[in-house]
Amino acid sequence: MEALIQALQSQSAFFSQFSESLLALIFFVLFGLLFATVAAVCALVFVYLERKVSAHMQDRLGPMEVNTEIPVLKKIGHGWAQTLADAFKLLLKEDIIPDAADRRLHLIAPFILFAAVIAAFAVMPFGEKLVVSDMNIGVFFVLAITSFSVIGVILAGWASNNKWSLLGGMRSAAQIVSYEIPNGLVVLVIVMQVGSMRFNDIVIAQSGGILNWHVFQFFPLNLIAFIIAFLATLAEANRAPFDLPEAESELTAGFATEYSGFKWAIFYLSEYANMFLIGIFLSALFLGGWTSPFGSLFGGFFDQPGWQPIWIILKAVAIVFLQMWLRWTLPRLRVDQLMYTSWKVLTPFAFVAIFGVGLWMLL
Amino acid sequence: MLLHFAAPFIFVIVAAAFIALNLLISRLLQPRVPSAGKTTTYECGEIPIGSSWVQFNIRFYVITLIFVIFDVEIVFLLPWAVVFKDLGWFAFVEVVIFITILLVGLAYAWRKGDLEWDKPETGKFAREAAPQLFEEVGMETRKPVQEVTL
Repeated sequence: MEALIQALQSQSAFFSQFSESLLALIFFVLFGLLFATVAAVCALVFVYLERKVSAHMQDRLGPMEVNTEIPVLKKIGHGWAQTLADAFKLLLKEDIIPDAADRRLHLIAPFILFAAVIAAFAVMPFGEKLVVSDMNIGVFFVLAITSFSVIGVILAGWASNNKWSLLGGMRSAAQIVSYEIPNGLVVLVIVMQVGSMRFNDIVIAQSGGILNWHVFQFFPLNLIAFIIAFLATLAEANRAPFDLPEAESELTAGFATEYSGFKWAIFYLSEYANMFLIGIFLSALFLGGWTSPFGSLFGGFFDQPGWQPIWIILKAVAIVFLQMWLRWTLPRLRVDQLMYTSWKVLTPFAFVAIFGVGLWMLL
Repeated sequence: MLLHFAAPFIFVIVAAAFIALNLLISRLLQPRVPSAGKTTTYECGEIPIGSSWVQFNIRFYVITLIFVIFDVEIVFLLPWAVVFKDLGWFAFVEVVIFITILLVGLAYAWRKGDLEWDKPETGKFAREAAPQLFEEVGMETRKPVQEVTL
């Protein structure tokens, strides 16, 4: 970020009359807007993708009807405008607040959920220079800010004054809190190997092709760590098979039962933005981030800076696809199985990974 | 350095403003026709009995307590992990002792059953609860369904 600002100041007389911090503030506002928009677009694309993926996995076609009459776009077909139409519908829907609800908390909850996800995007590395804020405690910051979402979920559950909502909110809190432990522990494994919590340092440590990625180092300890991280983040995003908080067959919609209209849409916006965030987070830690899987093959062509955002977004989308795949393959867990998985399987294995990697590095 | 931390803060404000704007647009476009039926708490068509702001199961509290201990542990371990390469064996052994103490705590909670949640017991209903229910409505327990008369 500083590099970009300094380049602008040295290149143009117009920019050099402002101070560096003022320019930085303007950039942050612009990038914040950009990421909020990206999150919204992301949600639209991923909801469409999810419906198509689920449909094709069940031998259906999914949404096919909503297309536009615009000549060029008409040829795409396949109901590509479905989620766009849904978004407009949600914008026009009446916002119903129950009489019994705590109106203020009811309003605040979606804000907290969405803001926590967007704030985490500030440290995500889309390229060596493409980081809004490459802070030296990046990984720790992501762990900290994403746990804010539990406050949003609990608020939503409590403020609705609905039994389904409260059950969903409490379950979600217990779940996010339980899975944060294995997630934090496996992040430690990576930080031990790199010796830094800065995202770019972690990614650079993996440069030079697919074999240098952290998943394949210290075999099989890092692979175990990756699987633990994937499961734990899946549970923290309340995705199936860990979607007990919004288990639709028992709790109608869990903590979102009393939400309607655009407030309800924000819950889904944050969920899908969170999935994309997890994709980037996991690919930065384990799958080489913005580095190319080919290393110096093809004369280092794919290692050029222009490819960096493409690689990391491809990897993130692959992880999102994996999350969707699991959702449409596995049945939902029971509450006792959920707690069993977190405390009695993932946490002990995470400790094994930490001790194992520590010993391996010392020997 | 301070600018690094300003970014997420500004992001939070921008995200909140983004949502506020969208909610405002939605507010201007949407119809608002509240009615008594619409604004009742949703409970699958039943009129809700009492408030849902009640005391909750104590088990959630225990889980949160265990979480706090382990979360603080992670906070302690992160600086250790950053300098682990330079410190070597000494730091490793120290952390092994530190983690072992906490693992004893986890083992204690495990043994005491604080990590257990109520499991659905299959067959329990038929064995224990059902006979009582059958007696209450004046039926014998093991009769085939066809012979039951109310």
